[in-house]
Amino acid sequence: MLAIALLVFREVLEAALIITIVCAATRGVPRRGLYVTGGLVLGVLGAMLVALFAGALADAFSGVGQEVFNAAVLLAAVLMIGWHVLWMSRHGRQLASEMKALGGAVQTGSSSLTMLLLVVALAVLREGSEVVLFLYGMVAGGAGGLLGGLALGVIAGVAVGFALYFGLLRIPVRHFFTATNALLVLLAAGLASSAARYLVQANLLPALHDQLWDSSWLLSNGSLPGQTLHILIGYDAHPSGIMLVFYLTVVVLLVAGMRLLGKPPNPQVSPLTAAESGH
Amino acid sequence: MRRILISVSLLLAGFAAHAGAMPEYKLVIHNHIFQPAELKVPAGVKFKLVVENRDATPEEFESTEFNREKIVMPNRSIQIYVGPLSAGRYKFFGDFHQDTAQGTLVVE
Repeated sequence: MLAIALLVFREVLEAALIITIVCAATRGVPRRGLYVTGGLVLGVLGAMLVALFAGALADAFSGVGQEVFNAAVLLAAVLMIGWHVLWMSRHGRQLASEMKALGGAVQTGSSSLTMLLLVVALAVLREGSEVVLFLYGMVAGGAGGLLGGLALGVIAGVAVGFALYFGLLRIPVRHFFTATNALLVLLAAGLASSAARYLVQANLLPALHDQLWDSSWLLSNGSLPGQTLHILIGYDAHPSGIMLVFYLTVVVLLVAGMRLLGKPPNPQVSPLTAAESGH
Repeated sequence: MRRILISVSLLLAGFAAHAGAMPEYKLVIHNHIFQPAELKVPAGVKFKLVVENRDATPEEFESTEFNREKIVMPNRSIQIYVGPLSAGRYKFFGDFHQDTAQGTLVVE
């Protein structure tokens, strides 16, 4: 049961950390819970579909379908997050000048909610499909303690997500959205570098030097802190050159875009203060 | 835009052609155990690794030490590209059966 719980925990943790950051970034947006739930349901259904067609997926694109699919899902999430970050920068400034706090909340809300739903769904779909395949194998192999392990793993993963969320809430309101924007940029950059790793694995991209450095003596990819940082900021103990290229490209593009489009959202017109009903 | 697309496809075609000459190594998963448990590969060379799953349940071939992960469905094979790696020992495992599915890539 413990082995099952551990595997489920690691997969749930990945999705939970992503969802937590996105939830923090959309703090105070009305009807947020509904969209998170919608994203979760879509994600779980998608995960089952992906697991069901895993065989066909593996054969697609001359055997590299899995890599292409994973890279596509990751890059779609990068696009969603990037679009949201840039959208917030532009409208934060525009709304500040117009001082239309209430209208701002509604508009910011619509952008955030679309992103929220899709990123939640994509994160759950990717990690969830692995859990489904794993559990299928366990059922077929006649392993015991399945439900207990599954429940324990999910609860532990979600608990870490909540802990991070309440930790983030302690950031002063004045700096809150600057902080969540920075987290979103690093999250997106890390997801992009993971996409690059899949494409190298499939030989669709050159590695540009396979192991740029090795910091596994300090923090290995397999350790829990290593894995957590991998999700949060894209940490890798021995990245390839192309992973770094993808990572830096996303950081540079988003930071430049934010600078160009305006300052990070002004707390005075942020959804947090504009929509008190969100609590 | 067109020129970019053409150069990208040429670039990809170059890799595809290059892949043909690549050395190939094979691992078999049977009863959730890797055969061989230690696989010797040359250092500084990119290679293709084929993993065949002879079990009736899915497995995920994974290595956090050479950064690869891929699901292997029952009675199917996958291929992944690895390296070039510097000399050393790199562990890999079957994520779904970690108590038995453990192995090492010996790069020399």
